[in-house]
Order: sequence, then structure tokens, then C-alpha cells
Amino acid sequence: MSDIAISLENLSKRFLIGHQDIRRDRTAALRDVIAREARNFARKGADLVHGRQIVQGDEVEEFWALKDVSFNVKQGEIVGIIGRNGAGKSTLLKVLSRITEPTRGRVQLRGRVASLLEVGTGFHPELSGRENIFLNGVILGMSRNEIKRHFDEIVAFAEVEKFIDTPVKRYSSGMYVRLAFAVAAFLESEILIIDEVLAVGDVQFQQKCLGKLGEATRVGGRTVLFVSHNMAAVESLCRQCIWLQHGQIAASGEVSEVIGAYLDVKGSIAQETPLKERSDRSGSGRVRAVSCSINDGMGKHVKKLKSGGDYIFTIGCENLGEPLNDLVASLDFFDEKECCVLLFRSTFTKEKLTLGSTGNISCTVKNLPLANGTYTCSIFLSHADVEILDHVEHAVQLVVEGGDFFGTGSMGLPSHCKVLIAAHWSSDVDTPAFAG
Amino acid sequence: MRADWTQEVIIEAGRAERHYWRDLWRYRELFRVLAWRDVAVRYKQTVIGAAWAVIRPFLTMVVFTVIFGKLAKLPSEGSAPYAIMVFAGMLPWTFFSGALSDASNSLVGSANLISKVYFPRLIVPVAAVGVALVDFAINLTMLVLLMIWYEFLPGWRIIVLPVFAGIALFASLGPGLWLTALNVKYRDVRYIIPFLVQFGLYVSPVGYSSNVVPEQWRLLYSLNPAVGVIDGFRWCIIGGQQLYLPGIILSACVTAIFFWFGIRQFRKMESSFADVI
Repeated sequence: MSDIAISLENLSKRFLIGHQDIRRDRTAALRDVIAREARNFARKGADLVHGRQIVQGDEVEEFWALKDVSFNVKQGEIVGIIGRNGAGKSTLLKVLSRITEPTRGRVQLRGRVASLLEVGTGFHPELSGRENIFLNGVILGMSRNEIKRHFDEIVAFAEVEKFIDTPVKRYSSGMYVRLAFAVAAFLESEILIIDEVLAVGDVQFQQKCLGKLGEATRVGGRTVLFVSHNMAAVESLCRQCIWLQHGQIAASGEVSEVIGAYLDVKGSIAQETPLKERSDRSGSGRVRAVSCSINDGMGKHVKKLKSGGDYIFTIGCENLGEPLNDLVASLDFFDEKECCVLLFRSTFTKEKLTLGSTGNISCTVKNLPLANGTYTCSIFLSHADVEILDHVEHAVQLVVEGGDFFGTGSMGLPSHCKVLIAAHWSSDVDTPAFAG
Repeated sequence: MRADWTQEVIIEAGRAERHYWRDLWRYRELFRVLAWRDVAVRYKQTVIGAAWAVIRPFLTMVVFTVIFGKLAKLPSEGSAPYAIMVFAGMLPWTFFSGALSDASNSLVGSANLISKVYFPRLIVPVAAVGVALVDFAINLTMLVLLMIWYEFLPGWRIIVLPVFAGIALFASLGPGLWLTALNVKYRDVRYIIPFLVQFGLYVSPVGYSSNVVPEQWRLLYSLNPAVGVIDGFRWCIIGGQQLYLPGIILSACVTAIFFWFGIRQFRKMESSFADVI
């Protein structure tokens, strides 16, 4: 029992959210507006008198971000937490870091807790790198002596030796992130809580951070809770995993099983819900992708793709606003581990897309460079770089099966690498040696 | 210090932190760092830097001396030049009003910290008052220079000055804590504070001596905690008249009540800061 570092019992957290009346835009009559505003004012007044939170909007609704979440984490374990956006992951971490109080339930933490919900919390742009290391370190709960002890290591880890006395507002965003993460990497605590902070920074640095994290756990017997959308990172770092869905635990246990179950469901969303009815999208919604189909270039619809095949992806769009003549469209392909392996964007090839009230956008791909496997494809539409119009993650699920990309019958190595490119090899035979 | 970090923490609804005051002590370093940050950042990328801390009260003093002393011909206290009388009042007032408005805006100003890291939130407004204390020190040196200029020597009472400075600190912290907590929930407060400070400048004896207030209103007038503090400062620095004791006691009591009330309200609202900020 004593080796349990984190224990949660029926943890629940409620928020109040406000809604605008749906009829708001239609009932523009002054009388209605006045009546509604008066009602809202009276409600706010009552809230004020009772010391309650003021919620903007016409109707107030309860929303349970976490509902009866219970689990235990043993000391020295790294546990990954996965789930879709809005599943309650961040709220869970906030409750565990004592930033916000739970509405119900109980948490028991054994040991000093350090939490890293954001890279560079409290960084002040006017202060130098050196000053910010101290500022950020103390904010994260380190003592001055601890920071002094690790100071050189932090600077070396962040690779900013030359700029340590420059105000961080002059840093490149990469340097900024590196410095911020370096401070956190040297936190000494028994329990470490990390939100999606590894998503920033370049890949090389991400690897370095993951390495540092893994090392800390192995050596220091540290317990880590780790939220990420990067399934590959979760799988390589954690042995245990928890999948949250609508504020509840959907599955927990061995990491590959949980991730497998999670991705299965994710894929089936793309299959079961027509694109038009998907509500899990972001962007302004002025233009929406309502359908996506794939044909083989001869006008024949295909369900399964072949490596090396030629395809046309057609996105059906609905435009609620004015016609657009600088639409940017993007198709991102993700593999089973949620790594983006392929990205087509209309700006890469400087192609101009225009859109009336409805219309189709087509993307022709020759010689599809994907190895056999299952992929999901996100659709992203924007108006130049002014406004994100629509972004649907996991809009379509694709199965790539068979095909002959290389023309040699080779499938590549799908378990190892998802992208296929034909390279040409040659060898330089040392002829004199042969002759001799 | 190491050992007691490894203690258990239990998080439950409504439990808040049972070890709140101990935590506050543990996080004293954060208090220092936040205050240092605000001081360090304050005059960055300004041309005259810390001189701003001096120029504003100095110009106000000149204006008050000319308007109240020269034009309206209000009396000074004792033998002191009007300028010193005004500055002895300005000193606690700039501290009080600066501390109050900085503290009141402090929580909303550090929203990013509050929603991302845990620490006893009380540190934020207290650190803001700490920053005002630095300005106070700068102004104090200026008062000394002014006294040298006028060749004015204060009496033994000057040693009691820290007591009144302490009262000023609590007088600003009490309402400051309450207002900053309210400000998190109801942003209306942000609009009230500048008005409150401006209004306070005239209802407090900054530009004039409180002796001009009619005797029968004096006690009522002392309900304003700044009155006691300013009178105290003048008494320490200038001497001259007797201290109006009932007024000072009343001001101190009001300060104490406000301080208690401020902390209570702050603690009550503290747990929901991260949710509503």
C-alpha cells in the first residue's frame, strides 16, 4: 500500500458554462433584446448577492469536466493520459497540481509535487535568460540553492550559453522554449505532472527532453503523470496508460492495449459519422468541409488505396460567407501512432483555390508514397493566413493495402517507416583489385 | 526542509490547504522573486528610469504647495514649511494608494501564473505591496533631501515613523486583498479603483493639514484609515501640535478590521480563483 504515490477516489469537477440564446440573432426586436438583457442583469445581480460566479450568456448549464475518476499510481511509474480534446485531461492535471479545487472526491499525493502545465510559466520578456531561470525556477517550486546548483546544467541543456544575459523577448521562439523546458527538466520532485508541453520545440529537442524524463524516472524513482496527444511518445515512455473520455476513465492498463483501444474508437468515429455531421471541429465555420471522397483518377470511387497508386481526393465544401478566392486547403495524414507522416497543402505548390457558395476542392496525388497500413486524414481549410475556416481532425480513415510503389513488388517496411520514396543505389567497384 | 516536503498532500473539496500558513512561509522565496521581478521590470526601457518614482510625487507636491499653501493660504503645521507638510502627507499617501491599486490589480495581472501553478495566492498581492514599499523608500530619501534643503530638523518622534509606516502597510493590504479577490470575479472593481484613489486624495489630508477640519467632524473624518496614518507621519516628521489620539486609535481599529476582513474574504474566494480568472 505504501508504494502508491498518487491515489484518486471519485474525483469530480463541475464547471458552469453560459450559452447564448440560439434565437439571439433572429429576434433582433428591441423589446426582446431589452427583456433578455434585463433578465441577464437580474441573474447576475442575484449571483453577485449570493457571491456566486458570474456567467456570461443567456442560459447557464452545469458541465462535469471530470466525473468519478478513480485510479492509483505506484511510486516510480510513468503513466500516460490520453484522450480527445475536452476529455478532461487538463482539468485532471489542474486538480492534481492544486491549482483548482475538485467539486467532489479525494486525492492523496505522497511526495513533493511539481507540475509543468505550460512551458515557461511566469517568464518575463523584459528579463534576461539568467533572471528568468531564477524566476521560473522559483515559480515552479525550486529553491534558490537548487537553481544555483543546476544553473550551468540548465544553460547547457537549453543551448543558450551565448544569450544568457539577453532579454528573452529577443530570443527566437525555439530558444525560448528550450530555456523554459530546461528549467523544468531539473525540477527535483517525487511526483511530476506534465501536460502537453513536449508538443513545442523541434523534434531533436523533444527527443532530448523525453530522454531526460525517462532517465529521471529510472534513476530517481520518480512518479510521472504525462498527458500527450503524441501516441508514439506515450508508448515509448510509459508502461501504464489511462484513457479519459467525457471526464471518465474509458480504459486503463497496459499502454499498448489502451492506445490500441483508443485509436480503434477514433478510427470508427471517422467511419461512422458523416463528415457533415461531425461537431468536433474547430475554426470559424464560415466554410465547412462536408464530404470527402477518393477516386482513382478514372472517376471510380475507392475505399482501399494502394501504395504507389494515383488518386484524387475531393473535399466538398459549404460556404456560408462571401465567395473566397484565396482558400488554402490542407490534408494531413496520420499513422496509427498519431504521427503526421504526410502533408499536402495547396500553398506548397502555390495553387490558387476559389470557392463560391458550394464547391469541391480536389487534390491529385500521383504515386501515393504511403506504406501499407491504416491512416487517418485531417482536413484543414483557411482563408489565406487570415482566418482558420475549418479544421476536422480524423476526418477520414484510409486503409492502404497492396500496391507496388517501387515496381519491384517490395512493400517497404511498414512497421518501421510509413513513407515510401524510391532512392537509387549504386556501388563503386574497385576494379583494379578485381583485375589483380 | 527536504524531509517535510515528502509529506502527504490530500486534496478534497472545501478542504483548501490545511497547512496554508506553513505553505505561505515555504513559498517566501516566491514572494521575494515576484517583488523583485516587478521592481526590475518596472522602469525597463524607460529613459529616465527610477526617476519616475520621484518626479510624480515631487510635481504633485509643488502643485499642492502652490494651490493650497500660496493661493488658498491654508495654514501649515507648526513651524514647518508648507512644502514639507505636504510632502510628509504625500509620502504615506503615495504608498497607500500605490499599494492599494497595485495589490488590487495584482491577481488579474498574474492570471497566467494562477491558472498554471500552485502557490498560496496571498503572495501575489503581498508582493505588489512590497513593490510599493520600494517606491516608499525612494520617496523617503527625497523627503530627507527636502528637509536638508529647508534646513529643517525633525525631533525625537521620527523614531516612531516605522510604526505608522506599518499601519499604512496594513491599511492598504486589507482593502487591497479584498478588492483583488473581488476583481477576479467581478471585473467592475478595476474601474472602481482609480476613482477610489482619486477620491481618496481629496478626502485625506494630503494637500492640507487635518487641523482645518472642524473639531466636531474630526472623529468621523478619522474613519478614513489614511487620515490616522497621514496625521501620524506629520506628527513624527514635523512635530508641532499634539497628536489627535482618538482619531489615530479609530484609524488603527478601522485598519485592523479591514485587514482581518480582507484576509477572510480572500481566503474564502481563493480556491475558485483559477476557475474564474
